[in-house]
Amino acid sequence: MANMTAVTMRSTLGRVRGLGAARSGLLEWWGQRITAAALVPLAIWFVVSLLVHLNEGASSVAHWVARPWNGVLLLALLIALFRHLGLGLKVVIEDYIHAEATKLATLLVMKAVLTLFWIAATVSVLKLAFAG
Amino acid sequence: MRDARAALMSGLSSDGKPVDRPLSPHLQVYRPQITTVLSIMHRFSGIWLGVGTLFLTWWLVALASGPAPFATAQAFFASIFGKILLFLWTAALMFHFCNGIRHLVWDSGLGFEKPTYHASGWTVLAAATALTVLIFIVGLTAG
Repeated sequence: MANMTAVTMRSTLGRVRGLGAARSGLLEWWGQRITAAALVPLAIWFVVSLLVHLNEGASSVAHWVARPWNGVLLLALLIALFRHLGLGLKVVIEDYIHAEATKLATLLVMKAVLTLFWIAATVSVLKLAFAG
Repeated sequence: MRDARAALMSGLSSDGKPVDRPLSPHLQVYRPQITTVLSIMHRFSGIWLGVGTLFLTWWLVALASGPAPFATAQAFFASIFGKILLFLWTAALMFHFCNGIRHLVWDSGLGFEKPTYHASGWTVLAAATALTVLIFIVGLTAG
């Protein structure tokens, strides 16, 4: 409050400039919605597929993943899902953690965990896809 | 001013004196409504589905690791504890899915009239419940 006196030569715009983010926010907003739209058909396909192949053994499920279009759709699902999840958790963390250091640390840990799991899931699908 | 948040909470009163803007009342003084409850549920179901995504990854890694690890994963999900988790993930996914479509419709600028968003909220709850029950009946009878 100290520098905010009743009389100031600074414009309202000048006072608010630089106080908020105006960088990649819109891209993240769009990303959340584009991945949401992509996940609508992908989630339906995945849930139905799970129900159909529910009680099959490893070789049968692996064979299902190895069929090219199933592998493609699984990879698409993983890309959209992990992107959507990362953006969603980022918003939640930024909403509730206000201390800069804790917020940054939590965001980095979240991002690291999601990235590792995303790579692990992707490598697994690719391994099954190329094993035929 | 400490940061952007503090700056946004500072203003001038009508007689020109600097004042802190009032904060909105805390959440617990509001009566729960379909709009607010579904909004909170959307967040919680999203976080819970994040946990599910980690388990989905474990399942895929087990599948790629061979028959024995995959059998371990399948046995876990077939256990009572695993079935409870699967039910909660199914319920969370069906809710997040239906309410997510509601959000996408809002993003296109539609459905902001009070009767409309109340009706769409109850529709989401009914649809999510019906889909969850349907999927679980199919899943259990298939097994």
